[in-house]
Amino acid sequence: MRAIAEGLFTDDAPPRLIGGRHRETGRIVFPCPESNDYEAWPLRRDGTLWSYTVQRYRPKSPPYAGPEDFAPWAVAYVELPGETIVEARLANVGLDEVRIGMSLELTQIPLDPDATDGVLIHAFQPAGGAA
Amino acid sequence: MSDVCIVGIGIHPFGRTDGVSGLEQGVFAVRQALGDAGIEWPQIQFAYGGSDAAGNPDTMVERLGLTGIQFINVKNGCAAGGSSLASASMAIQSGAFDLGFAVGFDKHPRGAFNALPAEYNLPDWYGEAGYMITTQFFGAKIMRYMHEHGISQTSLGRVAEKAFRNAVHAPHAWRREPVALETILEAPLVSDPYTKFMFCSPAEGGVALILASEKKARELGKPLIRLKAAAMRTRPPGSFEVFAPSIDVVRGGSATNIASADAFRIAGIGPEDVQVAQLQDTEAGAEIMHLAENGFCRDGEQEAWLAEGRTEIGGALPVNTDGGCLACGEPIGASGLRQVYENVVQLRGDGGGRQVPGAPKTAYSHVYGAPGVSAVTILER
Repeated sequence: MRAIAEGLFTDDAPPRLIGGRHRETGRIVFPCPESNDYEAWPLRRDGTLWSYTVQRYRPKSPPYAGPEDFAPWAVAYVELPGETIVEARLANVGLDEVRIGMSLELTQIPLDPDATDGVLIHAFQPAGGAA
Repeated sequence: MSDVCIVGIGIHPFGRTDGVSGLEQGVFAVRQALGDAGIEWPQIQFAYGGSDAAGNPDTMVERLGLTGIQFINVKNGCAAGGSSLASASMAIQSGAFDLGFAVGFDKHPRGAFNALPAEYNLPDWYGEAGYMITTQFFGAKIMRYMHEHGISQTSLGRVAEKAFRNAVHAPHAWRREPVALETILEAPLVSDPYTKFMFCSPAEGGVALILASEKKARELGKPLIRLKAAAMRTRPPGSFEVFAPSIDVVRGGSATNIASADAFRIAGIGPEDVQVAQLQDTEAGAEIMHLAENGFCRDGEQEAWLAEGRTEIGGALPVNTDGGCLACGEPIGASGLRQVYENVVQLRGDGGGRQVPGAPKTAYSHVYGAPGVSAVTILER
């Protein structure tokens, strides 16, 4: 399965997110801006939950390209120490088990779990596997 | 530099008005404001107008009269109203004009705002994956704030409960039925920790405010409501804004911090001098966070403030006396001007059942919008 867009993930196994590092200030952002001011910067895979909410209604299409079937998902901001705080889905954790400060690691999940030829998006899951 | 005075106010009721365009609601508000000021349309020298989704405000001249006035359109997200007022204020302070107005109107479709990534300099995948949704930002921002500063979900509920209770007495408000705290807290979640009563809805409405130099205001014989400050500012490094694929580890302030501090400096007063405030409350937690971001309390003190009723109409600092965005809904172009309209009503003593007791002399308004803009005004009677 391919990633939802080019330039989001490295080819490493397991993959890392590609952020951008500002050449002068050192500020790290995600995704990497299309600008000569930034150089590609593979982000660390481990972090902690900085904050979150739950998406409880199906977003409008366009722009949402997910399945018609809808189940609530958690949207997190994950602090990658010393780098940046990345917005991402949470995976492999119950919505009532999400806690600020919990240890997380990067993973990939399909945007549509039932699609045979779908796309992958970035997500974080409890470090060391399911909670 | 001349003081700027507000000499006329007009409002088209907020909510849903089928069959009336956003622009027509704006024209309604302008005509009401002209009547309130006791002036005729040809006397108006300039206008600034905001609308996000209901057409270009300058086209109003076709309805109001082709007098050739300067009419500039303003597009600044949810801060459009505050931005047009700040611009109108400067037009008079500069001495270029002595009578003009700020107007805002809008008419949004039902449901959440439907933003597209390209409009915010974001890649398409961001929207395709389901992130182009304002309610996610609001939920995540308050979740962190509650964690850091000990704010309970009950406090979120108290803000919404107050909004609907205050709006009962505001003829221009959309939702004018009280809702019990338990009902608010037990309603379905939309974006955790917010239930459906804790978010405002996109809506319709129009507001117009007529501004005059002090000399002109005296000629008109109007009570002097002075616009002591109107500051519009953008975000600093390290702020946390809507539609953010990443935010800085080193946390910073907000556009509101800057706009508020500048407005107090310009007006020459402090937060302790404010007697009534309208703070952006697109969701219940926004009112709580904006109390601190505007300098009225320290982070975390809101829990006690709400439990003690300090932001009630009879409290130490009445906040959102007409029900705010929660009860009025949010027509983007008009929303920030509604806050100032409400403050003028309060300073004139015309609030009826929602009037702040003790004849307030100083009123404050604050509006926040994407992607990190704030506008603050301070009025004095």
